[in-house]
Amino acid sequence: MLYIWINIGSAGDVLEDDPVGRLKVFVYELPSKYNKKILQKDPRCLTHMFAAEIFMHRFLLSSPVRTLNPEEADWFYTPVYTTCDLTPNGLPLPFKSPRMMRSAIQLISSNWPYWNRTEGADHFFVVPHDFGACFHYQEEKAIERGILPLLQRATLVQTFGQRNHVCLKEGSITIPPYAPPQKMQAHLIPPDTPRSIFVYFRGLFYDVGNDPEGGYYARGARASVWENFKDNPLFDISTEHPTTYYEDMQRAVFCLCPLGWAPWSPRLVEGVIFGCIPVIIADDIVLPFADAIPWEEIGVFVAEKDVPKLDTILTSIPPEVILRKQRLLANPSMKQAMLFPQPAQPGDAFHQILNGLARKLPHDKSIYLKPGQKVLNWTAGPGGDLKPW
Amino acid sequence: MKLSALQNNRRSNSFRGASLLDSSVDGSIKSPAAIFWLVLHGLCCLISLVLGFRFSRLVFFLLFSSSTTTPPINLFSTANSFTETLSLHTSPPPNLNLTPLIPQNGVVTSSGVVVGRHGILIRPWPHPNPNEVMKAHRIIERVQEEQRIQFGIKNPRTIIVVTPTYVRTFQTLHLTGVMHSLMLVPYDLVWILVEAGGKTNETASILGKSGLRSIIHIGFNQRMPSSWEERRKTENQMRLRALRVVRDQKLEGIVMFADDSNMHSMELFDEIQKLKYIGALSVGILVHSGNSDELSSVIVTQKKDEVVGAEDPSMPIQGPACNSSGQVVGWHTFNSLPYEGKSATYIDDKAPVLPSKLEWSGFVLNSRLLWKDAEDRPEWVKDLDAVDRNGEGFASPLFLLKDTSVVEPLGSCGRKVMLWWLRVEARADSKFPSGWIIDPPLEITIPAKRTPWPDAPPELPPDVKVVNVDEHVEKRPARTRSSRSKHRSKRKREAKLAADVSAKHSVEN
Repeated sequence: MLYIWINIGSAGDVLEDDPVGRLKVFVYELPSKYNKKILQKDPRCLTHMFAAEIFMHRFLLSSPVRTLNPEEADWFYTPVYTTCDLTPNGLPLPFKSPRMMRSAIQLISSNWPYWNRTEGADHFFVVPHDFGACFHYQEEKAIERGILPLLQRATLVQTFGQRNHVCLKEGSITIPPYAPPQKMQAHLIPPDTPRSIFVYFRGLFYDVGNDPEGGYYARGARASVWENFKDNPLFDISTEHPTTYYEDMQRAVFCLCPLGWAPWSPRLVEGVIFGCIPVIIADDIVLPFADAIPWEEIGVFVAEKDVPKLDTILTSIPPEVILRKQRLLANPSMKQAMLFPQPAQPGDAFHQILNGLARKLPHDKSIYLKPGQKVLNWTAGPGGDLKPW
Repeated sequence: MKLSALQNNRRSNSFRGASLLDSSVDGSIKSPAAIFWLVLHGLCCLISLVLGFRFSRLVFFLLFSSSTTTPPINLFSTANSFTETLSLHTSPPPNLNLTPLIPQNGVVTSSGVVVGRHGILIRPWPHPNPNEVMKAHRIIERVQEEQRIQFGIKNPRTIIVVTPTYVRTFQTLHLTGVMHSLMLVPYDLVWILVEAGGKTNETASILGKSGLRSIIHIGFNQRMPSSWEERRKTENQMRLRALRVVRDQKLEGIVMFADDSNMHSMELFDEIQKLKYIGALSVGILVHSGNSDELSSVIVTQKKDEVVGAEDPSMPIQGPACNSSGQVVGWHTFNSLPYEGKSATYIDDKAPVLPSKLEWSGFVLNSRLLWKDAEDRPEWVKDLDAVDRNGEGFASPLFLLKDTSVVEPLGSCGRKVMLWWLRVEARADSKFPSGWIIDPPLEITIPAKRTPWPDAPPELPPDVKVVNVDEHVEKRPARTRSSRSKHRSKRKREAKLAADVSAKHSVEN
């Protein structure tokens, strides 16, 4: 018998899918040294842009998709906070993260049979760091390391996304970085305030500490923006940290979202929330929930080599197209999909992740290994990773 | 190295003598080989200084590297990227899409995006293009227009503006102010101007510059009197004349009263769109006098309503007073008690000009209230002709109501002041050139040499009418004399001009 499924849906429909009832998730109970104790040591992890891993855990614990019976679970979640080892400045150090992840996987593989059953093919992990499961902030080192070998078969939920890159494997789910919803709500201005800034950007153009000569940071794209447009009255760009940052974005037509050391940035989320059309300058980037959100129709994509012509590109967009993009951005389901509100609301980023996981079901029969069959190499990777955590 | 140099020396230059050998043995002067390396090192340092990077590293890389397959391109790319960081304008290095190429750090991805140092692309003329700036402004205008449509007032109504005016020195000043405010209003507008003394070309020429499409210019057959009390009455009659036009032509919209000497803010026009039938606004009263600390206001009760609350004595505001549920329960008016006997009666008086108890400009009406037979006309409004039986006019639109509790307070219950009342007029005998155009041009009778520039010899040309100038200087005692002669001669010239103007163009005030 042939069942033909006809799927008619625009982006809005897919965003509003309800995952409840379509999948079941089992949450492993790990000792608190993997999650709670780390958070207690540094509560800054709740507010930085990598906080999605913590909030996902909390959401799943009280969500209707959670099941306490692992036999009926479709997906298994391991709550390990690998991005919570922060420097005094607040930047996460990834040096212990591979060992922590290995240790967690060793624990779940020895205490429950479900990891060995599929070697992790029906498990998912949240790895929101710069280059995902490559666990390094420097791109060359991240590429050298590659994705942690033990995670080869698991589904990775990460913020990093770049086509044909070692650190993005097939079947990963790209999510937006965490942006604090209450803080953004508190800075909303009346929608009839006229948008009078043409292009807006606040951030670094040169990373003088790590790349004094330029050309390395952001592949030279941010420096190019500065050198070409620093005296252009249409471009309100600077390195300042104004207190009216959110308000200014609501008064701008275009917001630049260039790559930094990694291609993703919270500016995308902020632009969508505040109705400012994102101008994405990052070659081959994979944007969050790309299968549900029509980024081509909402934002403007500019190749890094076209940055010197940015003003020509932006002013030659017909006004009807700009108005259409603003209308799409004003869609509340779009904004909701970018946020991680507490408590969770329908259509938010948590639900989009579950939707993504539900779309990958049912699992192919071939992921179930025969008893004794081993696919993963437990001793692969740099020697430092093999030390216990 | 030194030993072989010694041997070379001995073999080739045996006749050189022992001096060299001695020196090399001594070690105080270095051998040629050492000098050669020293010189080479110094040369490399100098080149590095000039180029700005480690030149020697590049040389070693080229000479001794065996792993790279495309050294020439490599050289181009490294040199290119280095020069680019000096911010010269170049095209992007062609190595971006070559996968075997390895820039300094030796890492590639398999996509077109290469990790490593890239050039900073700067176009040859990194400055704004004026055409694009204009295009961007048009985009911004279109976006703002869309915002107004989406979030602004839905279905805005026409605003009917009633202004009494007449020709005098300050007319251009006042009327231009109102005109510019009206030109900025984003809604449809009908401007009814009633002119005392009949329609004149003066007023028409001022209006011609406005570009407003619907202007109804009516003449009123009386001349404007010169006492303030009479003026108010005449202005009231003129306003009623305009209201009759609204009634007869069945104009649809919101009627507001803009006296030509008032100042309006743009938010006023947005606020009055919220009107249902009749509304009251707060008017800021600007009374120019020397004693500003005597200004205060009192609440005046209507016959049926009650007094509510106290008033901050320093607020010169006329407008509605509300209770906590937002209904009008009384009125703030201007306290004229401190000015008893000191206020101006005639235009020329140097005393403060006071407003009436409730100015017309603080009220807005729905035009349908004036129509003779409109179906949805509420029963609490009286007919215009019934109230104005003998053509003498009435002091405020409240007289049109049987029940004053229907008045809606606007501007967050009168707390926001969006228009200001002021009466400033010139002296009764002040003269001004008609249309403010000096025609024919004045003759300059004092040549420039009269001005005592530092290097010009002071000489009196024979045709200067010195006596005439002195007379006119004395006739204006209010002018302050400065000690600098430059100013004095300038003032004399101005006095001469004014005298000529007044002689040639006698325009009535």
